This record gives sequence, structure tokens and C-alpha cells, in this order.
Amino acid sequence: MTDHPRGEWPLYEVFVRGKRGLNHVHVGSLHAADDEMAVRHARDVYTRRNEGVSIWVVRADAVTASSPDEKDPLFAPSGDKVYRHPTFYDIPDDVPHM
Amino acid sequence: MTALQVQFDATIGHGDRIEPRDWMPEGYRKTLVRQIAQHAHSEIIGMQPEGNWIGRAPSLRRKAILLAKVQDEAGHGLYLYSACETLGVSRGELTEMLIEGRQKYSSIFNYPTLSYADVGTIGWLVDGAAICNQVPLCRTSYGPYGRAMIRICKEESFHQRQGYELLMTMMRGTDEQRAMVQESVDRFWWPALMMFGPPDDESPNSAQSMAWGIKRNGNDELRQRFVDMTVPQAKALGVTLPDPDLVWDEERGAHDFGQPDWSEFVQVVKGNGPCNAQRIAHRRAAHEDGAWVRDAALAFAEGASA
Repeated sequence: MTDHPRGEWPLYEVFVRGKRGLNHVHVGSLHAADDEMAVRHARDVYTRRNEGVSIWVVRADAVTASSPDEKDPLFAPSGDKVYRHPTFYDIPDDVPHM
Repeated sequence: MTALQVQFDATIGHGDRIEPRDWMPEGYRKTLVRQIAQHAHSEIIGMQPEGNWIGRAPSLRRKAILLAKVQDEAGHGLYLYSACETLGVSRGELTEMLIEGRQKYSSIFNYPTLSYADVGTIGWLVDGAAICNQVPLCRTSYGPYGRAMIRICKEESFHQRQGYELLMTMMRGTDEQRAMVQESVDRFWWPALMMFGPPDDESPNSAQSMAWGIKRNGNDELRQRFVDMTVPQAKALGVTLPDPDLVWDEERGAHDFGQPDWSEFVQVVKGNGPCNAQRIAHRRAAHEDGAWVRDAALAFAEGASA
């Protein structure tokens, strides 16, 4: 925890739930000395106009990501499994509610 | 050409966004860092000219509005700094580059706010010009920058409307108040036009920025859009825009207008504007005077987690 270049506060990623019934969505990042300050800063920076009812913050260095590239072989297996999509199946037009 | 470059070009070609962990050419990254940092610094330095009037706003209502607006500018700066940091520069480096004069900010904030009417004029003309510049940037090719711009544009409309309403209120007041508004508009009109940058044929980085999808419109096109938007607003307000060459051109379906004094622009960008030294000195003092708070908070956090 002591490894901060130039004494900078660590970076946090911020997630906001816009309203009840929605997921928390990533909105940006900020610097804070600790978790509690990160929540308080997130409120001031990202919810000045009722943008949220709940905030999550997580240290950016605690995020594990899929790969260095957004276009990723990790997602390739889902590309050839077309049978996972409803449109893969032919159903006659006159069958209702399908 | 490398496979990485081909993939990058294809992404730009499709109008898709580049995201932080994608490969990108070094020139693209450098151009973005320069532009986003300059934009972030402008928001932060932009707090000063208006902050100058918070203590002297004429009513509690006006004070609350101005406080909220200046707080928004701080927020806009922070959105942009966080977008810039996704390109591998740290917040500390960015702040240092600003206070050491190695990165720039918009020349408009080097003009003083001499009267309270300037608060209204800045909202109307300066934020109006900023909106013209920023709306197309919501579609910029770098994802985090575009997302920051979307947040900013949502809030910017409040800024412009509060400014215009302030001026409308003064225009309904005394002759002295109307004169204050006109005097303020006279001072800010040309610097506002300069906010779009030099004419396209003298703007060194424009063509490459357009090719990369960082910029979506030329400086002259946006300046024209701003003038066409503003003329009817000035008429409704009852002020004159201080340009003898400003006339409606029937054939073009747009206004003809004069050129700002570009030698003044160059001087202000070089650091010789009316307030350059004061703005940076103030920012440096705020940063240095706050150092003990940053250190103490970090020491406290480390003690608490030990």
C-alpha cells in the first residue's frame, strides 16, 4: 500500500446504480486515500444531479481483466455457439407465443 | 504495416471506439494526452475567473448558482483527468505539467473578470462556444474521452442558461446595468471566437486529428456554427456584437463576420495574456498548500490498514 509515485492517492474505479432495478454501471475513476474517501468523492464527482441511488468503488489495481485487448480470443468460443441464441431454431410462424 | 496497425485503422474506419487497452500508434496516444490534458486544465483553471465573483454575487440565489457552476467545472476537470490517465499518465504528472507551463489550457481563461456581468457573459458566450466544440467530441474515437464529454455536455446546458438568464435580468434593470452587459460582451466576443482555434489552414494538428477521428469538425466550421447560433440570442437580449463586418449572407445562408486579432491569440497562448501568470501562480499555490492534506490522508489510510 505504500507504493505511490509522487505520494499520489490510489486510483479507484466507480460504479453507480442509476435507480432501483438497474445494475451498477462503471462511470469513471477517481483518486482517494482510502475506501471511505473514495465513496465520498464518488458522490461529489459522479452524482451531483441525482444520477444514482448506490455507489460501488473498487481499487483499480484489484480489477482483473480478460486480456490486454478488447477484441479477444477469450470470447471466440461464444462466437461459434450459435445454438445459444433463440434465432437458431426454426419454428413455424403459426405457433403462438414463441 | 503491422497487424496491430491494420486492426487499429479498421476500428477507426468502422467508426468504432478505441478503448484503453487496445494497441494504438504512439502519435495517436500523444495527441490524445495533449488534447485531453489541455481540456482538463481548462476546466480547472476556468474555476478562477468565475470563482473571483462568488464572494461578491449580489444575492444568495446567485451565489448558490455560481458555486454550483464552479463545482461543476471542477467535476469536468476530474472526468477529463481520469480519461487522460487511462492513456498511461498520472494525475501528478498532469498537474506538474500544468504548473510548469509544459501543457496549455484554453486562452479564454487568461482574460480577467472585471465586472459581475462577466459571470453572465462567460456562461452565455464562453460556455456556448465550449458546447459547440464539445458536442461533436461526444463521438470522438477514444472511448473514455467521448464518455467524459457526454457527461460534461449534459451539465453544460445549465451553465449557458444561467448565464443568459443573468444577462436578461440585468438588461431589464437600469441603464447602468445594461451598459455593464454591453461592455462585458464587447470584451468577451473576440476571445470567445478565438476558442475555436486558428483558421483551419493555420492549424498544424487538425488534419491528422480529423483522420484519427479525434476531432470531428474543423475550427472554422464550428466558429461559423457558433456565430450563427449566437446572433439571434444577442438580438433577443438587446446587445450588439462588436463586429462591424457581421452581416447575414443570403447566398451562403450564414453570417459573414470579421476575424479576431490572431496576433493577440498567439501572444496569449505564448503566456503573455493579461492573467496567465496569475492563473498559474494561483493553481500552483493551491496545489502546494494542499500537499500536507494529501500526505496526511495517505498516512492516515496506511495507519488504519496496518
